Amino acid sequence: MAELLEIRWHGRGGQGAKTAAILLGEAVSASGKYIQAFPEYGPERMGAPVLAFNRISDEPIRLHCQVANPAIVVVLDSTLIGKADVTAGVPEDGLYIINTNLSPGEMRKQLGLTGGKVYTLDATEISMETIGRPIPNTPMMGALIRTSGLLTIDEFVANTRDRLEAKFRPDIVEKNIQAIERAYQEVQGEE
Amino acid sequence: MSKRVAITGNEAVAEAMRQINPDVVAAYPITPQTEIVQFFADFVSDGKVDTEFVTVESEHSAMSATVGASAAGARAMTATSSQGLALMWEVLYIASGLRLPIVAPVVNRALSAPINIHCDPSDTMGARDSGWIQIYSEDAQEAYDNLIQAVRIAEHPDVLLPTMVTMDGFIVSHGMGNAKLLNDDVVKKFVGEYEPEHYLLDVENPITVGALDFSDWYFEHRRQLADAHTKVKDVVLQVAKEFKEISGREYNLFDAYRLDDAEVAIVVINSAAGTAKTVVDELREKGLKVGLLKIRLFRPFPHKEIAEALSGKKAVAVLDRADSLSLMGGPLYIDLRAAMYDSPGPRVKMVNYIYGLGGRDINMEQIAGVYDDLMEIAKTGEITQPVTYLGVRE
Repeated sequence: MAELLEIRWHGRGGQGAKTAAILLGEAVSASGKYIQAFPEYGPERMGAPVLAFNRISDEPIRLHCQVANPAIVVVLDSTLIGKADVTAGVPEDGLYIINTNLSPGEMRKQLGLTGGKVYTLDATEISMETIGRPIPNTPMMGALIRTSGLLTIDEFVANTRDRLEAKFRPDIVEKNIQAIERAYQEVQGEE
Repeated sequence: MSKRVAITGNEAVAEAMRQINPDVVAAYPITPQTEIVQFFADFVSDGKVDTEFVTVESEHSAMSATVGASAAGARAMTATSSQGLALMWEVLYIASGLRLPIVAPVVNRALSAPINIHCDPSDTMGARDSGWIQIYSEDAQEAYDNLIQAVRIAEHPDVLLPTMVTMDGFIVSHGMGNAKLLNDDVVKKFVGEYEPEHYLLDVENPITVGALDFSDWYFEHRRQLADAHTKVKDVVLQVAKEFKEISGREYNLFDAYRLDDAEVAIVVINSAAGTAKTVVDELREKGLKVGLLKIRLFRPFPHKEIAEALSGKKAVAVLDRADSLSLMGGPLYIDLRAAMYDSPGPRVKMVNYIYGLGGRDINMEQIAGVYDDLMEIAKTGEITQPVTYLGVRE
């Protein structure tokens, strides 16, 4: 099987984990790669822990099972740490991107990680300051683009702008783009 | 050629319906209905189709209205899932008995009780004897392609049978993947104009539809229904050939994957076939002679061709995402065993795995485990357990 990248999104119902997976999938698909984007199909309740997934490959993807060993984990809500098993199945060199006001080093300690890479971003603050509502999924996509190198920020913003314009007013679209671009700049890695 | 897009199964099927542009769509608009009808309703209100869209108060009425429209001479479609198909039950038999070439996408979802909305083809497996043609799809691409081909198959003058095209609930219907959609004009030309030979609104040539048909003629008409099903296979292959010309994509009665020189094989249907093909590739890299047969046309069942494809295998496992409660295994296994009874050569060892009911995941390790079991059966010639429930808490 060709190189397959798997991503797991952790969030709470209403934070947009599924939307983030779909927007990422659409943008990566537009760049010519093959993708899958799907949520964990469970009860959908506001505030309940939810999962969403992406698969990305240069070859057609035929797998239709759940993602068990994601190389990248994105956590939209830091209150899930210690409650949802965000490290489950992640390989030793896995990459974590977490919405928190803690530093990557502090988050690494909380997660009990020895390997891999940890990035943090206060996506809730960014979304409050740009969009005016606590919707962390948009900024977290900016952080993912920066840390994963899947697409250039310009490619991602151009595609996501098209998708958002189909659904939202121009000022809302601009605020979301601002959130993505700020997150791209502000995401923190370890020293 | 059209370009590849990121799309869910529901979106892809709704696009196919928009391109088919049926005369009438009658559908029940709320749960357990799928997004297919919601997207199609958008096309209607945006003026993107010429369809008369009838929202009805139940699936029983949806199928009844579709039957009425089709009998009147319209190209008529509906869509449903799970309990919705169950409620259509009575009218499914009427559609086939009246030889109405209705086409319906069905999203495979489990039946109650307990209440469950997730993937499981128990709904359409239960409708296997209703006289409808059944075509199953692995992913969004196949669901889209199969639905377009279904119009031509159903309406073929040798066939004239209602046809359902299925895909797995949520895994394919709501999951986003990639598919290549055809251009509108290409689909329009492929499906062509529907010109029924006999229809109610043909006032020059009045006919009776739904007449009383007791012991004097009922049997002959049901016999004709079976005869129509014998014509389906050739039409499916002919339509597939023409579809390849416009799409480049190849379809057959079933999909034989690395099967020719395989010593052991899995038979599977719908989305789990994709996962299993990935397992086949991995095991082949280790030098193991494993293969796969994916069911596409399930009704009528191309039993002879399937038996030929599997003859000579040392062991075959049939994976069913539905139970028959006959205690002889799932519906697919029972048909496969019957088909293999007449296969040439020595008796092929066959086992059944019932998996994934109500959307329970089936992963690569589990499928690799089935191939391990098959290789053990091939080696020893012994079957210790004919029917296994895979991935369930006992």
